[in-house]
Amino acid sequence: MSENYKVPTMAEMAGKGETPEVLFWVGCAGSFDERYKAVTQAFVKILNKVGVSFAVLGPEEACTGDPARRAGNEFLFQMQAVANIQVMNGYEIKKVVTACPHCFNTIKNEYPALGGNYEVIHHSQFLQQLINEGKVALKGGGEFKGKKITFHDSCYLGRANNVYEAPREVIKALDVELVEMKRCKTKGLCCGAGGAQMFKEAEPGKKEINIERTEEALATGANVIAVGCPFCLTMMTDGIKNKERETDVKVYDLAEMIAKDMGI
Amino acid sequence: MSFLPQLAFVLILGVAGYILSKRIKFLRRNIFLGKAETRNDHTEDRWKTMALVAFGQQKMFKRIIPALLHLLIYVGFVVINLEVLEFILDGIIGTHRLFAPFLGGVYTASMNMFEFLAVAVLFSCVVFLTRRYVTKVERFQKPEMKGWPALDATLILVVEIILMMAVLTMNATDQILAQRGADHYLALGPLFFSGLIRPLFEGMSIEALHFIERFAWWFHIIGILAFAVYVTYSKHLHIFLAFPNTWYSNLKPKGEMVNMPEVTNEVNMMLGIPTETPANPPAEIGRFGAKDVNDLSWINVMNAYSCTECGRCTSECPANLTGKKLSPRKIMMDVRDRAEEVGKSIDAGGPGLEDGKSLLGDYITKEELNACTSCNACVEACPINIDPLSIILQMRRYVAMEESGTPAQWNAMFQNMETSFSPWKFSPSDRFNWAEKVKEEEM
Repeated sequence: MSENYKVPTMAEMAGKGETPEVLFWVGCAGSFDERYKAVTQAFVKILNKVGVSFAVLGPEEACTGDPARRAGNEFLFQMQAVANIQVMNGYEIKKVVTACPHCFNTIKNEYPALGGNYEVIHHSQFLQQLINEGKVALKGGGEFKGKKITFHDSCYLGRANNVYEAPREVIKALDVELVEMKRCKTKGLCCGAGGAQMFKEAEPGKKEINIERTEEALATGANVIAVGCPFCLTMMTDGIKNKERETDVKVYDLAEMIAKDMGI
Repeated sequence: MSFLPQLAFVLILGVAGYILSKRIKFLRRNIFLGKAETRNDHTEDRWKTMALVAFGQQKMFKRIIPALLHLLIYVGFVVINLEVLEFILDGIIGTHRLFAPFLGGVYTASMNMFEFLAVAVLFSCVVFLTRRYVTKVERFQKPEMKGWPALDATLILVVEIILMMAVLTMNATDQILAQRGADHYLALGPLFFSGLIRPLFEGMSIEALHFIERFAWWFHIIGILAFAVYVTYSKHLHIFLAFPNTWYSNLKPKGEMVNMPEVTNEVNMMLGIPTETPANPPAEIGRFGAKDVNDLSWINVMNAYSCTECGRCTSECPANLTGKKLSPRKIMMDVRDRAEEVGKSIDAGGPGLEDGKSLLGDYITKEELNACTSCNACVEACPINIDPLSIILQMRRYVAMEESGTPAQWNAMFQNMETSFSPWKFSPSDRFNWAEKVKEEEM
């Protein structure tokens, strides 16, 4: 009889006197966003299948503070950050993986100044490592076989942290045709959600940024728009709905694509 | 009588030098209106960045056509200025083509190279004018380019064209005079490019040729000195400032925002975490964030003076592309214009920073600041590593922490984060609910 998937928390692990190899930082979108929860679940399933020793903070996790900081509220950012660092340092966490480039950037680059020093990697890098090490057995014949896929670079992964190749390597491992948008990598166009824009209406203008980006993605003729960020996922999905292309164009996170290929 | 031209020359040189040194002091003071910041780490990387990005023009080559044209002007500027050394020595000593007898054939070869570069610069300037006025490249047509910025750009291109024509005219007439055996004129080897325009002058008298040759010589050298002074009033400062500007580049990951240690102390106290009291508490507590140029770092202000208004930042800004008011180029121009205004006021014995105006409000509006997605496209696009985002985020800090002036939806987000530790209004106890579904599934 096979076992169920497990999602251990740090508290449970500590109770048993165990330390996981890596903390999976879920993030607010990963915890609460109806659509994006599927990404969290897919990633956790992959971790289970591969047998990675991981744990989550569960209810002990709080927002990294990224949107507050970018909106100018440094106090609020630091309140969140210092509290998170106390929890993480309490558990003696060494390594963190997260699917959210905003959390990734904040914990990796901004927590050290506040006393939080961890090795932080984005799930695209983590997945690439697992694929390279042969730990993820890709079937390659699934839903994505031979399909045209375009990858939308997230600003906080790409320009902010120079991660351009890991997500592309993950996609290429799926036996698909990776097509690039006109503006990609260092020139990638923002989805419109960064810098706390996710949490307010856009300023007056001629067009929504996500529509501009969606048009560019559609121009590639791709059937799938792959993303590596919860906000990009929302913005691109909204853009596809706006263009009434939900039936023939899908927006997926990298973890979902890998999980689908693994048949989980 | 014969020493009169020398005297005039030395006088002109002295006046230009005096104005230049005053302007440099003015600019330096304005840049240091900004707050002190030490950025001397990783010196090896800094020299490397400067060599690649400023000297090697690495980032220009993201757009190949303007990069090549710009390279011609850049090389022309650097190399032709070697000839200016001879001009200056000739002017002071009263000689003509001082180096020619020493260099012989090398001198002729150098002249041919200078002439080639003069033609290349001329060509590039004509294409650049065409891009501005005929094909109307979009980034040169934005609202912030109206008026002085457009005139400034045009003046520079036109002056460069005229200066290069003066070089060619001077060489052409000079060689006709030498051929006719006029006093002081030396026959060089064949000069290709000025040779092409020689027929225009062949029929003229020695007196006329002499007048044209001298006029072109004086026009060229006075033109160059005037240009050097003009540059300090112009966006063209980038020809010098690009070097320190790239040396002081931000070498950290672009996504990292600078920490505010003064906030950390308060946060630690609120959370009951023992704080290390700084040994030397700051003499005066500044504002949180930036309202005016003196709240920014001096590097931000130097960035502003280095900006040549090419608009690559604005042409890649997602907010600007979709019709929002934000233009990263305008942010840089505003910082520079405000620093100029404050500097002039101080020099005139005026109120300086206390003139009742500020960068925020009088130059940059909240609407512009609020439109930024912090995507770093502008930072990436800048050929000399200017960082408009750093200024935008510092100003947002002022708006949020000193004015509580952030948009209502952001205030609501702040409230959610304070009460439920998430930007959305969900109960913190529900944070782990997503796991229920997975845990029920068989592996």
